[in-house]
Amino acid sequence: MTNTLGRPDFDLITAWIEPGHRVLDLGCGDGSLLRHLVDSRGVRGVGVEIDDANILAAIRNGINVLQGNLEKGLDEFADQSFDHVILSRTLQTVRHTEGILREMLRVGREAVVSFPNFAYWKNLRSVLAGRMPVSEDLPYQWYDSPNVRFFTLLDFEALCAQMGLIIRERHVLDEGGNMVDNDDERELNFLGSLAVYRLTQQR
Amino acid sequence: MSGQSVGVVTSQRAHFDQPLHLRSGGVLPAYDLVYETYGTLNAAKSNAILVCHALSGHHHVAGHYADAPNNIGWWDNIVGPGRPLDTDRYFIVGLNNLGGCHGSTGPSSINPATGKRWGADFPIVAVSDWVEAQARLADLLGIDAWAAVIGGSLGGMQALRWTISQPERVRHAIIIASAPKLTAQNIAFNDVARQAILTDPDFHGGHYYEHNTRPTRGLRLARMLGHITYLSDDQMGEKFGRELRNGSFSFDYDVEFEVESYLRYQGDKFAGYFDANTYLLMTKALDYFDPARLDNGDLVRAMGRSHPDTGFLIASFTTDWRFSPARSKEIVAALLANGRNVSYAEIDLNFGHDSFLMEDAHYHGIVDAYLRNIQL
Repeated sequence: MTNTLGRPDFDLITAWIEPGHRVLDLGCGDGSLLRHLVDSRGVRGVGVEIDDANILAAIRNGINVLQGNLEKGLDEFADQSFDHVILSRTLQTVRHTEGILREMLRVGREAVVSFPNFAYWKNLRSVLAGRMPVSEDLPYQWYDSPNVRFFTLLDFEALCAQMGLIIRERHVLDEGGNMVDNDDERELNFLGSLAVYRLTQQR
Repeated sequence: MSGQSVGVVTSQRAHFDQPLHLRSGGVLPAYDLVYETYGTLNAAKSNAILVCHALSGHHHVAGHYADAPNNIGWWDNIVGPGRPLDTDRYFIVGLNNLGGCHGSTGPSSINPATGKRWGADFPIVAVSDWVEAQARLADLLGIDAWAAVIGGSLGGMQALRWTISQPERVRHAIIIASAPKLTAQNIAFNDVARQAILTDPDFHGGHYYEHNTRPTRGLRLARMLGHITYLSDDQMGEKFGRELRNGSFSFDYDVEFEVESYLRYQGDKFAGYFDANTYLLMTKALDYFDPARLDNGDLVRAMGRSHPDTGFLIASFTTDWRFSPARSKEIVAALLANGRNVSYAEIDLNFGHDSFLMEDAHYHGIVDAYLRNIQL
């Protein structure tokens, strides 16, 4: 899961973050996003990552990174200690979906979540053709994928509603990283390969 | 790991006349510290790294002596040109702590008041006293602030204490396989080790020097016990299993299993050169260490005394049950609560607590990457 700059969701996320904000990046990979946010926004950032090679790369990148398993919660972080908690292309790898979303909004004022949309038309076409999808945003074979949850935009939004989470903003991107817009939610669910959400909850 | 040894090194000795008021209430009127340095202090004096040693360590961190090529420093694998503590970039300082038995003033030194060895009369020194003594050595070397203070185990406790006691003088702390304080289990292990020494008939209340003897039996047992706790069960299993030296049971109490042979060898070797009073003192320094104590046990408040710009690298090892990853995470959480810059690596190495001394590409890569990012 190497993160490279030039990833379209990075630009969207960056635009939501004010200079000097405190940012927690869960599943931060090699720390590229945090590095970018430190350099371009002067944020105070911390990343969490489980993989050894990514920990090393993130330290090389000069960011604060903590080795840990998101499935075990975020105990080391105090309530509301961050402005933004980012979970970029990682939610689908976490088994305790509700748990991590609750934890994100416990430690942070806002949660930023991006994930691959399983209902993207190319993914559906692939399944209809009899094979699990492999794409830009779902780049793994079924047998070596770190992903454990497969869900769609509409699934995610239903869960947010059920959990009382407020969707403040949403961007939907196609496989090329271009913004997709459509008034019909089901159409959008069909056209979007990657979704980026900005969430809060009532306090 | 790439890189080279620093090669031939020499030790130095510094004498300090300014009395040192100790945590225990005692005073050391004057004392010596032996130390070694590797690399060159830059003009800005901004590239100095202090290496703090653990229970049985000393000032000979890296390289070897011209007249003793086999006497290689205890952390030689991490220090040298191209190694993580890169002597092409950094000026590395290692010293023998007060109370030690490798040349710095300690229980086996002569007490100027009596003309005899200090023995049991040597005051107990605490980690905070070591930090004070180390700060005076820094003064002597013209180092206002360390680029980094690094240590494993008890050495990590000193690095942690530096950030609280001398916040302006430490820009980065690298705290490896350490803890914010010992658990009851850890203190218990230390006490069994101490009891082995204290009950040795050759101990003579700590004044064994005058009896021309040494409590080697007790010290040997203490080391054997300690050694078990520094290794992992898996590693001992892999290394020794249930291998028998002679292939079959001999139904007596001689050395039979390879693990017995190994432990006895380690115990004998250690008892041959280490001073029992120093061992007692070092274990007490471990037991007493608890920087949160002055803040009513609140580690968050204690770490709040560190400088906001000080950076921290905390590392633990998955198989270390004596100073487990959970203990390192307590330090991490307290630093996070203060908004400090902190990174944490949990390194999968099979050597238990002793992992911090081992050469491993990932472990050394982490330390290397962190140190290369420090602006000098």
